[in-house]
Amino acid sequence: MNVPESWLRTLVDPSLTTDELAHLLTMSGLEVESSAPVAPEFSGVAVARVLEVARHPDADKLSVCQVDTGAGRVAVVCGAPNVRRGMLAPYARPGAQLPGGLAIKVAKVRGVESQGMLCSARELGLSEDHAGLLELHADAVPGSDLRVTLALDDRVLTIKLTPNRADCLSILGVARELAALTRAKLREPDTAAVAAASAAHHPVRISEPAGCGRFSARVIRNVNAAAPTPEWMRRRLERAGQRSISALVDVTNYVMLELGRPLHVYDLDKLHGPIDVRYGRRGEKVLLLNGQQVEVDGSVLCIADDSGVIGLAGIMGGESTKAEPSSRHIFLESAFFYPEAIGGRARRWGFASDASHRFERGVDFDNNLAGIERATRLILDICGGEPGPTEDHVAQLPSRKPVRMRVARAQKVIGIPVSGEEMADVFTRLRLPYEWEGEAFAVTPPSYRFDLEIEEDLIEEVARVHGFERIPAHPPRAAARMSPVPEGRRSLHALRERLAACDYQEVINFSFVEPAWEADFAGEQNPIRLLNPIASQLSVMRTTLIGSLVANLQYNHARKQPRIRVFEVGRVFLRDARAADGPLAVGGLRQPLRVGAAACGPALEEQWGEATHRAVDFFDVKADLEALLAPRVARYEAAAHPAFHPGRSARVLVDNAPVGWVGELHPRWQRKYELPLPAALFELDTAALEHVPVPRAQVPSKFPPVVRDIAMLFDSGIAAQQILQAIEADRPPIVQQVTIFDLYQGKSLAPGRKSLAFRVVMQHTERTLTDAEADSARDALVGLLTRKFSATLRS
Amino acid sequence: MEDLEAIVARALAEFGGAAEPAALENAKARYLGKSGELTALIKTLGALPADARKAAGQAINAAKERLEQALEARRGELAEDKLRAQLAQEALDVTLPGRGRGRGGLHPVIRTWQRVEQIFRTIGFDVADGPEIEADWYNFTALNQPENHPARSMHDTFYVELNDADGTPLLLRTHTSPMQVRYARMHQPPIKVIAPGRTYRVDSDATHSPMFHQVEGLWIDEDISFADLKGVYTDFLHRFFETDALEVRFRPSFFPFTEPSAEIDMRFGSGPLEGQWLEISGSGQVHPNVVRNFGLDPERYIGFAFGSGLERLTMLRYGIDDLRLFFDGDLRFLRQFA
Repeated sequence: MNVPESWLRTLVDPSLTTDELAHLLTMSGLEVESSAPVAPEFSGVAVARVLEVARHPDADKLSVCQVDTGAGRVAVVCGAPNVRRGMLAPYARPGAQLPGGLAIKVAKVRGVESQGMLCSARELGLSEDHAGLLELHADAVPGSDLRVTLALDDRVLTIKLTPNRADCLSILGVARELAALTRAKLREPDTAAVAAASAAHHPVRISEPAGCGRFSARVIRNVNAAAPTPEWMRRRLERAGQRSISALVDVTNYVMLELGRPLHVYDLDKLHGPIDVRYGRRGEKVLLLNGQQVEVDGSVLCIADDSGVIGLAGIMGGESTKAEPSSRHIFLESAFFYPEAIGGRARRWGFASDASHRFERGVDFDNNLAGIERATRLILDICGGEPGPTEDHVAQLPSRKPVRMRVARAQKVIGIPVSGEEMADVFTRLRLPYEWEGEAFAVTPPSYRFDLEIEEDLIEEVARVHGFERIPAHPPRAAARMSPVPEGRRSLHALRERLAACDYQEVINFSFVEPAWEADFAGEQNPIRLLNPIASQLSVMRTTLIGSLVANLQYNHARKQPRIRVFEVGRVFLRDARAADGPLAVGGLRQPLRVGAAACGPALEEQWGEATHRAVDFFDVKADLEALLAPRVARYEAAAHPAFHPGRSARVLVDNAPVGWVGELHPRWQRKYELPLPAALFELDTAALEHVPVPRAQVPSKFPPVVRDIAMLFDSGIAAQQILQAIEADRPPIVQQVTIFDLYQGKSLAPGRKSLAFRVVMQHTERTLTDAEADSARDALVGLLTRKFSATLRS
Repeated sequence: MEDLEAIVARALAEFGGAAEPAALENAKARYLGKSGELTALIKTLGALPADARKAAGQAINAAKERLEQALEARRGELAEDKLRAQLAQEALDVTLPGRGRGRGGLHPVIRTWQRVEQIFRTIGFDVADGPEIEADWYNFTALNQPENHPARSMHDTFYVELNDADGTPLLLRTHTSPMQVRYARMHQPPIKVIAPGRTYRVDSDATHSPMFHQVEGLWIDEDISFADLKGVYTDFLHRFFETDALEVRFRPSFFPFTEPSAEIDMRFGSGPLEGQWLEISGSGQVHPNVVRNFGLDPERYIGFAFGSGLERLTMLRYGIDDLRLFFDGDLRFLRQFA
């Protein structure tokens, strides 16, 4: 809402500077976002009349003008194409200062002396218009200061109104608020009735009283619709952000801005039969004033006549009945439509109008006649005409029941003992009629307030007019209850810290991604789609973090980052018809949190003293995954995944349940996504990482351990994890730990065989082991592996 | 016995002159070995008369002891010399960088998220998170924003192709406020919780991202007032920015789910943004309709809620002026927060 300060001050004029006024409004809930001057600083510019225009002797495009400056006659050289005899234009005299610091001096222009300069709007910083001189209105008096003539010492307050304060969508509304805050006197615009000069009228029927509560109307005959809008009105409209269109439309816009009273003007001759306010019928169409053709239905309140729908009630009029400069007889509408009947309708067609914006939020249902009278007066003044009687069709107005506010409740909610007297004073200043019974108020909301329905609404009025700044900030007292996080639960932040310690940088990617990523990295052809994505590459909800992480690799590789390691914690979105609504769940889908990591480039940062610059591989990332899981130990199963190299991909299982994947990116995707080196990734449900056992301690043995190494040959296809599990299940009791410390596959072995070397640590808890005992345990392991896997000792 | 003194003197000189352990051991053999000079002298004792033998024996033993001590000392010196040489040879350029794996880091918004959690935990707030694809009821209706309510146009909502049980399209939550309702329905007062998380709106330019983060706060009990809100949030800002040279103001505003509602602005007392009021949070006393949707009696329970943008807090804290940097995944930017 743009409020020209000068216009506001015609209604209420507290002794406050612009800044003080803006601060006061802001701190009471009408946020003043800016207060901009309507014109930049300049001086020495006055109105002048062009008396003569002659060609410049030496320049085709210049003219030499004789100008009446009010103080005499001077010669001015001018290059504007629109300069002509008799016109009034701004004249900057020698000594004038124009915006941007340009100083005007007597100067020779192509050999002819110019006593100053005639100015365009752009030269004065008034608009971007540089087509010619700024032509001034015929009433302007030569010699008078241009700043006064055009009222340029004005500012426009831009107020960001909250949706509950529809009553402030007008100059009067803001003035009313300001009067309440400052106790300054409010001077309301003159809305005295204009007597009818004829009996002309037009019939109106309200078929939907629950949508249209009131329809006031008037016919005015024989207007001169082509009359120009007066300068003062045009100026106010423009400063309020409303382009001047034609006198009749300008008057309706003016009354809307001034009183908050939307009006509509019809060409009476274009109406076919009585006006009917009714709901639309499926299939009915109307061409709106904005050029948009819309199809209505039974939920859209319409203005209709015998020709069908001629406008959308409270939203926009139609093209077929619009008033034009050629119109002679007009019909004025000043209606009240219920917010519920208007709300959300215009949005369906992707637009909003000044009227719909107001009706959605609530328009005063008691100023219909004031608006008509005000408009009639202005139309008669500007366009002439003979008004018929004002007709007021009242169907069903909103009720205004008194709202009760208990003094004690208000004090409790606000948190300080504001007294009953102070509360009463707030209501008085806001012109809210009330009864006070000592303990409680009964306040009757005025017709222009749609935000006062319950006790809290009134508490808010008390708090804000009393002043939020006057409410102290005090920390509450509360019972000191301890609420620690259980030791066995690991937070997401702890997981993040672990990955950061493993050299991964955290990223945050959008939850909506490109459909191709879903197909490539999850084999997902049917991810959950957005109905209104901002772009096609952000149109589906991801079911995996992998696509986003690969994009991170690609992005950073393109920026010459040789070694990239990133991780993300975020939700994925999976269709699941069996998933039900729950306290933290939405039926029809699951939204588990995942943690994913991706690495590409050298395994280690290039550094001195490390000879190999090996690229990161499956086992580097698997080690990071193991570190992340610790103390939990996962199992890994070779399995295929759309994102991964089929021979380098594993399903991760914790407690025998699949919780995620680890693998090297499929070479096909490595090529498609332009990565220079293989990348390795993992993705896990964070739920699998959340619970960790609280440790149970065991005393270490005091007796020395014995170590035996065993090297055995296996078929290449036998997985290490299988062997270790077999050992774990059947190991002699003194065997404490078995680790694989070497893998060899080479020419010296038979094809299809591999050698694994195990280090076996043995220890007894109560005595020192003998060599014989150790040897026999080793032999038992060798026997076990021979039996189970047909392994043979490597000689 | 002149001979003995001369032998000792020669031996000591040779020991002292030995530059290597081997030379020293050779010298030892020449004097104290089986066929060494001193050993040879001992062998001559038997030929002496008994009275002279004792005195000569004592003298030789004393000499032997002296030599052995000297030998030991010289051995120590040589070992010491050797170690010194080794250490000198092993000296490193200790200013070379350390080797091995580097360290990653957290995303700056997550860093803020953690700090916010940590600050509110100090006064006993729980932390909760919930669905991002949300039902209309939790995102709007339960928060006192029925369909066609003008406030709905304040949010440009993303919808997905799934519907809830009533056939209403599911949406991407436009704020973290649905977590107020979900959490409150799972707990009994006093309810003290913050809910940080991802939120979404149809908006994309230098100051708006279609995905961003908010932190919701909720405190419901029998007597939690607007003055308490001012106290808690002001304290939070002072702790978060680690300065008391920070002004905070509460400005009347409108949100359908709170009343009275306040926009919270802050202003730094120094630094590049000194003197500017910066919007930092929406807040207010929870609307009675919302308390009812918590399953609680608004006559008995009151309290406040707030919702703050984590990106905004992060930008002000670390001097970041372009929101898009958070979501580019650019390591050159992110590594600054390691």
